[in-house]
Amino acid sequence: MGAFSYFPQTEEDIRIMLERIGVSSLDDLYADVPADFIYKGEYDLPSAMSEQQVRDFFEGLAAKNTRLKVFVGQGAYDHYVPSVIPYITSRSEFLTAYTPYQCEISQGTLRYIFEWQTMICRLTGLDCANASMYDGPTAAAEAVRMCVASTKKRNSVIVSARLLPHVIETIRTYAKYAGINVVVTDKVAEEVAEGVLDLAGVIVPSINRFGIIESHLGLADLVHEKGALLVEYCDPSALAVVKTPAEWGADIAVGDGQSLGIPLCFGGPYVGFMACKEALMRKLPGRIVGQTTDASGKRCYVLTLQAREQHIRREKATSNICSNESLMALWCTVYLSLMGPEGMRKLNALCYEGAHYLHDALLATGKFESVFEGEFLKEFCLKPKCDVWKLQQALLDAGFFAGLQTEDGYVTFCVTEKHSREELDQIVEIVKSVK
Amino acid sequence: MKYYDKLIFELSQPGRIGFSLPEIPGQARNDFKGSTVWRESKLDLPEVSEVDVVRHYTNLSQMNFGVDTGFYPLGSCTMKYNPKINEEIANMPAFLGLHPLQPESTTKGALEIYVGMDKALAAITGMKHFTFLPCAGAHGELTGLMLMREYHMSRGDSARTKVIVPDSAHGTNPASAAVCGLDIVVVKSKENGLVDVEALKPLLGPDIAGIMMTNPNTLGLFERDIKEIAKLVHDCGGLLYYDGANMNPLLGMVRPGDMGFDIMHLNLHKTFSTPHGGGGPGAGPVGVSDKVLPFLHIPRVSGFHGNFGIILRAYAYILMLGREHVKMAGKLATLGANYIKESLKDCYKLPIPTVCKHEFVFDGLLEDNGVSTLDVAKRLLDYGFHAPTIYFPLLFHQAIMIEPTETESLETLDAFIAVMRKIAEEAKADPEMLHGAPHCTPIGRPDETTAARQPVLKYD
Repeated sequence: MGAFSYFPQTEEDIRIMLERIGVSSLDDLYADVPADFIYKGEYDLPSAMSEQQVRDFFEGLAAKNTRLKVFVGQGAYDHYVPSVIPYITSRSEFLTAYTPYQCEISQGTLRYIFEWQTMICRLTGLDCANASMYDGPTAAAEAVRMCVASTKKRNSVIVSARLLPHVIETIRTYAKYAGINVVVTDKVAEEVAEGVLDLAGVIVPSINRFGIIESHLGLADLVHEKGALLVEYCDPSALAVVKTPAEWGADIAVGDGQSLGIPLCFGGPYVGFMACKEALMRKLPGRIVGQTTDASGKRCYVLTLQAREQHIRREKATSNICSNESLMALWCTVYLSLMGPEGMRKLNALCYEGAHYLHDALLATGKFESVFEGEFLKEFCLKPKCDVWKLQQALLDAGFFAGLQTEDGYVTFCVTEKHSREELDQIVEIVKSVK
Repeated sequence: MKYYDKLIFELSQPGRIGFSLPEIPGQARNDFKGSTVWRESKLDLPEVSEVDVVRHYTNLSQMNFGVDTGFYPLGSCTMKYNPKINEEIANMPAFLGLHPLQPESTTKGALEIYVGMDKALAAITGMKHFTFLPCAGAHGELTGLMLMREYHMSRGDSARTKVIVPDSAHGTNPASAAVCGLDIVVVKSKENGLVDVEALKPLLGPDIAGIMMTNPNTLGLFERDIKEIAKLVHDCGGLLYYDGANMNPLLGMVRPGDMGFDIMHLNLHKTFSTPHGGGGPGAGPVGVSDKVLPFLHIPRVSGFHGNFGIILRAYAYILMLGREHVKMAGKLATLGANYIKESLKDCYKLPIPTVCKHEFVFDGLLEDNGVSTLDVAKRLLDYGFHAPTIYFPLLFHQAIMIEPTETESLETLDAFIAVMRKIAEEAKADPEMLHGAPHCTPIGRPDETTAARQPVLKYD
């Protein structure tokens, strides 16, 4: 096999290097590896492809996916992606950098993380935020750990059953191995009032999995009376218009930044966020960027409060997170910069408008019943009175992913600013035609 | 690099916009007022134009160093070149537009990618199958330890609550074990940098869930006693976890599965060339042997299907490598590391002089002029190189951990060597100048103490 474009060494280079090292072959560099561990077979991989062959291969696979217009949310929202964002995030100074350990040549990364932390604080109303988490569900699971770590000798959490299913599952997974007692319930306030012993925290959705904006009036006081912390799981895009975790009195806010212009991309990469009240600052997991000055007094940014982190605390660490989702935090930061307060308000107004238009038109077909009281924004559930499978199939045939069935037997829809009135009318017509 | 001082908030002018949205058809039915569920406080975000945003972030990017800027000899981080075709593949609309809950009949292409990657990674590592849910290396470690616990729990072996971690391990190992509810037992390394098998023996017993090994370890040394270690751990009923952060030198040479490992993770953003993105997104798929296979899909550690966009990039890289070039990757990485080590050992203290794998560790300058590892690292920035990993592993006080990767040319390595030698000379001639380095970067050394004591974590 000849040369390869990612390997710059010529045969002559290799000879020079081996000579300096004082060995006669590349295999000699593995003389310390027991001979039976050296893999002598042919690797069961395809033969090396040219760049064009690789492209053709993936185009072939891409053609096996069906492009659908997405009218489902459930934790992944099809918002419009402004063209500026991929342009900025693909700049290789951002894309190909490591974690900003060497702050003197990483001010770009550090600065946007500082901006992200600021924007997350402003969206949630809370005092401080970290540099990001893997995704919303893992941020929720880490928030549960944070509740346990921040309250003394308390080991139980109450988890709202109205959180998205994958959020609950991830919390359960993290809690299972950490020995945290998880109580999943539909009646959070009652459960808190009745008194789960050793209650460390309570986690509730800002907007629940049925799309309803929840009222948490009085909940924070109740939770605090029990000596526990309140965590809100939020859609950051909706926080532009929906009451903030701080306004409800929550101590910690988590969620997924995907709704801030990150493409659906089959579920990832997305980005989790976490914000908290100042008193909990030193309990935050993950990286945190702080502002300081250099010797000449220039304003600059560094990774800070590192005494919390795994590489310092090792087995005493309360979180093991190292790499996070920095580039996706840049994605959201650029998005929020472009949108500004007016863009975020208008975006939500468009979602509200479209979702309510579709909701009302679907109810008018007589094929659904309304099931939930309360305000909704872009996502809603209805109870179907028709054959759901036929309905979904008819929508799929017309190129729509809509009306996904939930585990309760409802169907869920989501409308964003991307969707036109014509598309909504088409969905309604298809629904009408389903026998 | 030029210093640029603005935050996006400081460019804000009321009334300026950077978005473009359609108009609301007709009269808006809601002004988000008049109910307790709507936001009360004003949302303060920057009001800037599109061109403001583009210039601001372009200026920020110019204060950043990436693999595309220059050599990044960051030990244990495997900063290899990030091929551009990977980006093009990951940005295909047919992948970007897929909703994670779409019916399987509409995502066949994406599912084939998971199947193909599973097969390829199994071939490369000798493991049976992989889960792709973990989003990073540490996340993979956590997932792998969950699988270790599932294995023991399934056998009713609930007393196995301790995991052995060598003192040279990455900090994430003990942290992941703690997060997984396991107690940590540290096994010491010998003077030659390898795990002390005699010290390991008395630690083994019915309370041991397993051992986490990095091989080659963080000193870049192959744990040649791995066969005996594997037998000892298995005989006591424990499992072996392989920390794939250091897989690169074994790529195309040695398979963790063949060494007796039961569970492992890979960092796709290290060994498989996906970009680090300034600290993620990465991906940390976890592979298992037959023994652990029944438990592979029990832990639900992230939202949907893992970081699909990263998996796509890594798959493109594997297809470019193919079965032919894969055999050279690890060898060339090892060649580069040994070449730098041999070229600098007369200026820098080399505590363990044997052949290394993809990385090795110096313990500061050979001659003590009061110049620290931090000084050397900062001075490298002035010469246009990223610094190595410093003060890790913790076994040496002045550790400088260097990993060049296989994508660096002889000329690049020689230029780095020349600069490292020059810094050693500067340390003799003008140590004061080195204490103040860097001198040519957009900012000088920051006041980290004030940053931690009086934290300013957001713009007011």
